[in-house]
Amino acid sequence: MTKQIACEEALKNLLEYLDREIDAEQSQQMDRHLSTCRSCYSRMEFEKRLRSHVKAAGKQEVSERLKSRIDRLFADKGR
Amino acid sequence: MQQRGMTADDDLRSFCEREITALLDRLFGTALRLTRNRSDAEDLVADTVVKVLDKLPGLRDRSCFAGWIFRILYNTYTSQCRARSARREDALSSLQPADDEEGDAFWLFDRLHQPFLLWWGDQEQLFLDQLLAEDLVKAIDALPENYRIVVVLADIEGFSYQEIATTLDLPVGTVRSRLARGRSRLQKALWDHAQAAGLLSARQRPE
Repeated sequence: MTKQIACEEALKNLLEYLDREIDAEQSQQMDRHLSTCRSCYSRMEFEKRLRSHVKAAGKQEVSERLKSRIDRLFADKGR
Repeated sequence: MQQRGMTADDDLRSFCEREITALLDRLFGTALRLTRNRSDAEDLVADTVVKVLDKLPGLRDRSCFAGWIFRILYNTYTSQCRARSARREDALSSLQPADDEEGDAFWLFDRLHQPFLLWWGDQEQLFLDQLLAEDLVKAIDALPENYRIVVVLADIEGFSYQEIATTLDLPVGTVRSRLARGRSRLQKALWDHAQAAGLLSARQRPE
């Protein structure tokens, strides 16, 4: 049976839970808490959505110019 | 598997070229957040590739290639910065915040839930919907460099704390605390931006 945790402990672990940096037992405790606590769940959802926005904003595609420059380096730094 | 007629060096070299090509967008993305300038970022990626090709015989574990190349990218960036700041005579460290700053984990969420926000909808979603990628990038770029790189490696590149610690040559505890502070600063900057740009509705704005 997973130990019940209070909001205080859930909030302390929330960011590392989202980062998948807590152990399996703590993660189960978090799952259980979040399935019953609306307040912590909303907080978790907001942090998760904000992170997905940050991740999407940081995605880049290299220019054709850089691609050819790297290809030239591969050729020049010969085998 | 090594192809027939290929030496071990050829095989390693082919592996390296394939990996670099596959990682190029991510390397450029990280370089861009470090340098905050597309042309400097391209130079940084090219300099990194040159170093990687030179150091390739020293690569022991192919499974660590991504971490290894990001580490070389970061080290190349910091040594270029040191050379530049030595010329300008302003030490890089003077621009970095101290590590004892407190990180406020849920700054933005708490702000969006203050009593003056008599909001009946999903104020968090509304707030996020109004933020443009450009706003987010500006807020990331405004972070001090030692927080920015940790936030970029964790939240954009998806590296674990341990991988970031190895890449930046820092203790895991320092990565954890810098990440918390960096994210907290990022949230404050997004709130300030939303207020300055008038993105918050009258109901959301404090009196």
